[in-house]
Amino acid sequence: MDYFLNAFVKAIELLVSFDEELYGIIFLSLKVSASAIAVSSMIAVPLGIGISMGRFWGKKLLVSIINASMSIPPVVVGLVVYIILSNKTGIFHTLRLLFTPTAMIIAQTLLALPIITGLTIVAVKSVHSRISKTAISLGASYTQLVLLVIKEARYAIGSAIITAFGRLMAEVGAVMMVGGNIRYKTRVMTTAIALQKGMGEFELALALGIILLTMAFIVNILLDYFRDEKEVPRT
Amino acid sequence: MSIMFELRDVKKIYDGKTVLRIDELKLEAGKINAIIGPSGAGKSTLLQLLNGLEGSSEGAISFDGEKYTKGKKIPLNERRKMAMVFQKPTLFNSSVYENIAYPLKLRRIPTKTISQKVNEVLELVGLRDKARQGALTLSGGEAQRISVARAIVTHPKALLLDEPTANLDPANVELIERIIKHANSAHGATVVIVTHNMFQAKRLGDNIVFLLNGQIVESGPSDIIFSDPKNEKTSAFIRGEMVC
Repeated sequence: MDYFLNAFVKAIELLVSFDEELYGIIFLSLKVSASAIAVSSMIAVPLGIGISMGRFWGKKLLVSIINASMSIPPVVVGLVVYIILSNKTGIFHTLRLLFTPTAMIIAQTLLALPIITGLTIVAVKSVHSRISKTAISLGASYTQLVLLVIKEARYAIGSAIITAFGRLMAEVGAVMMVGGNIRYKTRVMTTAIALQKGMGEFELALALGIILLTMAFIVNILLDYFRDEKEVPRT
Repeated sequence: MSIMFELRDVKKIYDGKTVLRIDELKLEAGKINAIIGPSGAGKSTLLQLLNGLEGSSEGAISFDGEKYTKGKKIPLNERRKMAMVFQKPTLFNSSVYENIAYPLKLRRIPTKTISQKVNEVLELVGLRDKARQGALTLSGGEAQRISVARAIVTHPKALLLDEPTANLDPANVELIERIIKHANSAHGATVVIVTHNMFQAKRLGDNIVFLLNGQIVESGPSDIIFSDPKNEKTSAFIRGEMVC
């Protein structure tokens, strides 16, 4: 029990001491995950809308593949990105991206893509089936219908993005593999926790865990806000 | 007598099953046409064919003088002469005002005119004080009144209503019926209302179409259909008996 109490005190101490290394780790974690979310959202949201509203051969199979990819293990993604960027075998080795934050962003982008795409497909499908006939009967063109569907699904799409962000912030396997957990360069919250645990510094590892948990809480509060906005109760 | 909708040899087939087969049907312009019949008779399918939400499997449907055969879609400008209200009101996740303004914005009506028209219909449906309220927070009756308001705000040539008062309390039923009559009398809208409520059909309908198993059993002026039906099945249905 003392472990947890001491870890909590340590976490507060670390935060109020404005430890440069700790804040560096926090900001890098946020930077990597936020960049990955920005890139993946730009691809996945239009892709999800297109797949959901489009009619084409193989749609069911594609959706099944996307849904299955939502639970892809991060270490597998990390391994694939590692091989692609690797100096020895990688087709992009000349870019020299391995063990850089960019490599971590690439890996996390690949992890977030199916999550945001899959959840956007679900969000748009539910809105589309609910409002499309009404919108068309009121005189909407196809483009106007698409815009309305996006507007109506905005909270659910926002929720999908935040869900993916939460997953990325807590992810360790892929960033460890392609980032290498290099101090002051590619060390993020999760890899720092893994390292401290390996060194037997459980208090520090727990303290970092508490800070990560707090960040996850903030993400979830935002998620709940979006969910509440989406589901306005009838009186 | 001018005709707003005309159907000839129309069939609608789902998964190999014919759910609607109409040899001929003419719906008079400027009148309230009530489609009656038991559940599963094809009333809603007929309404969706008229609106162009569904295409016919065979035959031709004419709207406002233009003929549309199988595979030919009703163009947007023609579709915008119609509006439809569904049994379950589907409001958008925005304010009451924004919901009603939506069809006007689609037609790129100037903002000032939109404001004037929206306020007019809000007054008509008795919900002026709810303009800024979130549409999804309304009660069922209020939501349906907003659905009707949103449909009539463009003064459509044809107003199609699919059981708009099902499950509503008498006060809301009366109000919605008043709005329908207003759209018909003040703006000359041709109304096609699907209902399984005989009393409502009698109260509103100038003309009645009785559908059974996807086919027209009888149609004609309301007073004749209700006082002197020619078909035994029509007669039984009006008396409230089970027909099949």
